[in-house]
Parts: sequence; C-alpha cells; structure tokens
Amino acid sequence: MAMPQTNHAMDQSSPVTQDIAVSAHNVSKNYGPVEALKDLTLEFPRGQLTSLLGPSGCGKTTLLKIIAGLLEPTAGEVQVDGKAVTGPGPDRAFVFQDFALLPWASVIRNVAFGLELRGIAKTEREDIAEKYIKDVGLSGFEKSFPHELSGGMRQRVGLARALSVDADVLLMDEPFSAVDEQTRRKFQEDLLALVANENKTFIFVTHSIEEAVYVSDQIAILLPRPSRVSDIIRPTGLREKDSHSIRRDPEYLDIVDEIWDSLRTYVE
Amino acid sequence: MKLFGIRLPGMSSLIIWGLVWEIIGRMEVSFFVPPLSAVITTLFEVIGSPAFQKALYETAYAFCAGVFFAIAIGIPTGILMGKNRLIDELLLPWVNIFLSAPLTALVPVLLVLFGFGMKSIIITATLFAIWIIILNARAGVMQINRSLLEMAQSFGATPWAAFSKVYFWAALPEILGGVRIGVIRAVKGVIIGQLLISIVGFGALFELYANNFLMEHFWAVVVVLFALAFSISELLAYLERRVSYYAAKR
Repeated sequence: MAMPQTNHAMDQSSPVTQDIAVSAHNVSKNYGPVEALKDLTLEFPRGQLTSLLGPSGCGKTTLLKIIAGLLEPTAGEVQVDGKAVTGPGPDRAFVFQDFALLPWASVIRNVAFGLELRGIAKTEREDIAEKYIKDVGLSGFEKSFPHELSGGMRQRVGLARALSVDADVLLMDEPFSAVDEQTRRKFQEDLLALVANENKTFIFVTHSIEEAVYVSDQIAILLPRPSRVSDIIRPTGLREKDSHSIRRDPEYLDIVDEIWDSLRTYVE
Repeated sequence: MKLFGIRLPGMSSLIIWGLVWEIIGRMEVSFFVPPLSAVITTLFEVIGSPAFQKALYETAYAFCAGVFFAIAIGIPTGILMGKNRLIDELLLPWVNIFLSAPLTALVPVLLVLFGFGMKSIIITATLFAIWIIILNARAGVMQINRSLLEMAQSFGATPWAAFSKVYFWAALPEILGGVRIGVIRAVKGVIIGQLLISIVGFGALFELYANNFLMEHFWAVVVVLFALAFSISELLAYLERRVSYYAAKR
C-alpha cells in the first residue's frame, strides 16, 4: 500500500484510547456455501462516526444488519455497551437505504412510528416527533404523505424517525445513495453537524470514497470474498475544518487517493 | 373514447347494446327476449312489489353475511399463509383446489349438511368468495417491501403490532383486489344457492317468473341484480385505486 503523505493513524494494532460503544468480535456470516463475512473484528468508538467502506458485495450491509440484530451471525458476537446483541433493541436505530416509510401514514406518524411501537402515548410521541421534524428541516410537512415528498425529504423523515427514539447508536445503510447529488452534499454537511451536536455513535455504510472521508472519524475498509477489514483510517485534521473547506484539504485529497489505490484492484 | 371529436362518457357502448336489445325485442325473434323498454317498465313495477322487496332483503342478508365470513376468515388466513411457511404448505393446495373447483356441485351436499335454509345459502356465498380473498391477501403480504418489515423489526414491533400496523396496510391494495373479485363470486354463490333451494330470495323469483313465462319480469330482476353486482364491484375498484400507493416501493 502506498505511503501516505499525511500523518493520520494507519496502524491497525495501535491501542484505541476512546471509549468503545459497539464492537464486533470474530463475526462470520455464511449464506449457504457463500462466506459473506469471515472472522471480522472491528471496534466503533463512542460519539464518533465510523464508515464501513468497500466495493459492492463486500458484506458491509450484512455487518450493519448483524449489529442491528436483524441478522444473526454464523459465528462470533457483536456487543453494544458490553452486552451481546441477540436481536433489535432500543439502544440502536436504523436508517434505511430506501427510507422504509409507511406510505399510508403522514410524516408525523412516520416519525413517531418507532415511539408508537414502544407504546408511548399519542400526544407525547407527537410532541417528540414534532421536535425532530423541525430539527431535520421539515416543519410544515407534518401532515404530508411520503409520496408527496422528494427523495431527500423522505430520507429526512427516515432520519427523524431514527433520532426520535433517542438510541445511542445510529445505523445508517447507504442513507444518501437514493437521493440526488446536491441533496446528498447538503445531507453530508448536516450529518457533520449531527455528529458534533448529538452524543451518538454513528455507523455509516457507504460505497462512496469521498463521502466516507468527508463525514467519518474512522473509516473501516472492507474487502470482499470473504469480507474482512483490510484497513482502518482515522483522518486527524478534518473535524476542526469547517464543512466547506474539507474537500480542498490536502489530507482529504490524500486519503481519498490512498483508499482508491487500495480498492481499485477489486473493481472489475 | 372520442367520437367525432366529442368525448364520450364511460360505458357509452351500453347505449348501443341497449338499442340492439330493443330492436331484437321489437322484431319478436323469440318470446324469450322482450324489448328493453318493456323490461324497464316492468322493472319499476317489480321493484315496488312486496315479493321483490322480500327477495332483495333475503338476498342482501345472505350476501352480506357470506361476504362478511369470507373476509373475516379469508384475510387473516391469507396473511398467515403469506407469513408462515408451514401454514402455507398445509393450506395452499386446498385453496387452489377450491378456487378452481366447480363449487356448484357441492351445494347439494351443503343442503344435506346444513338444511334447506339461509344457513346453506350463506355458506355457499362464503365458499364462492373466500378462496380468491385468501390467495390475494397471501400474495399481498408476500410482496411487501422487505425493508418495511426490517423497519418494524428494528424498532421492536411485536408480532401483533407488525401485523396490524404494517402487514395489513401494506397488503391492502391486493387484499381489496381479492375482496372485489370475491364479492362478485359471492353474488354468484348467493343466487346459485337460492336457485338450487328455490324457495327463497331471487332464486324463488327466478323460478316463479321463468316457470310462468314472465320474461319481462325475469329480465327485470336480472338487470337489477347485474346493476347491483356491478355497482358494488365498481365501488371496491374505486377504493382499491385510492389505496394503491400503499404498496409503493418507497
């Protein structure tokens, strides 16, 4: 692998000083004879955003769904706050690639749906939903239905729903891949603000190198067949920059190049 | 459709077929086909008669009860089959057999089992309607967007909450499609049941009018019945269109 010009931490074995919110230990997942994940170990520091980056078919979504408790690993274990994951739980919330909104429910009911499933009273859950609808910039659309909204607005609803259950860990499965480029950039900026303001752990699946470098505190590069973590990159100087100048930062450009160098052989 | 630049309202072609009927009737081709105008006149006469109203009440009662049972049993069964592989394997062959079976042949058996009365007619209507309702509910549940299911699961939905808040609504367009076809089949079931028993409802009226060669009366009842069945079907089709976006992929 090419030596980077910048001094970000490259060494996978270096001890992690941060508090760990989520950890995967020797996780394997087989679909019949196909090994989707093999002996994967990875730690996710609390309050930070970790990207899972890799070519398609590298099992990044599989790993995310195992963390969510939607899939069971064939071997190994995922721990959230030191407790083993056995299924979905209130400590984790999921943001879906295709939004997964209820087409027959208004924005406010969709945002409050996670709370509704937890049996929170209607007025209380709608108060909470109202706040997060405002936070994601959808005030005035409470009574609209998903089919009346643009793709970007729908994903804001999905995000508000995940935020409103106040989970410690936010799992995002390529959340911006189904929205247009301009909207995606706005989302990425908003996500940086979200990571800075909310004390949550974000796990973010993406196939975009630029997106991963832009939003991440830590980037785990997954290589396919069978999937394993090939590299962990922690950009050091990007968090202090304001969101507009990151894309012009030499460190940003170096990391993007470096990741592309390591991934290009896996792209047909 | 447009004709000579004029936009025709829906079902304008019925006017042409009505005219054809009238002409054939006037030509006295067969005593079996009286002119449409005579049928319509008789229709208003017949509608006012106590015999008709009694028949309408009995038929509507049997029809509503039959449809109610077909829906109340059919939809949950279909959803269960769509969700549970074991139940599906157990029931699917039977549903398919009964869907295509000539159910009319079973009606005499029902009469023996349940007697010559309303009960048999209601069961006949249910048997005619239920299978397609089951199959459509099953198909509707099976095509629900996977991520909606994962969403419900990841936010900790109980099985009942997932059923009543997600599965049912996501499958509603298909379910209503099944109910619409089921209702049309239930009309058939009710009339066939009544005809084979021939002592109640429109079945009794048909028998009475046909045996006495009262063709205008006979056709009047047929027209009323067709119009009723068609209206119910159109109403359900309208509801189906209203909820079709429930099945949207995103």
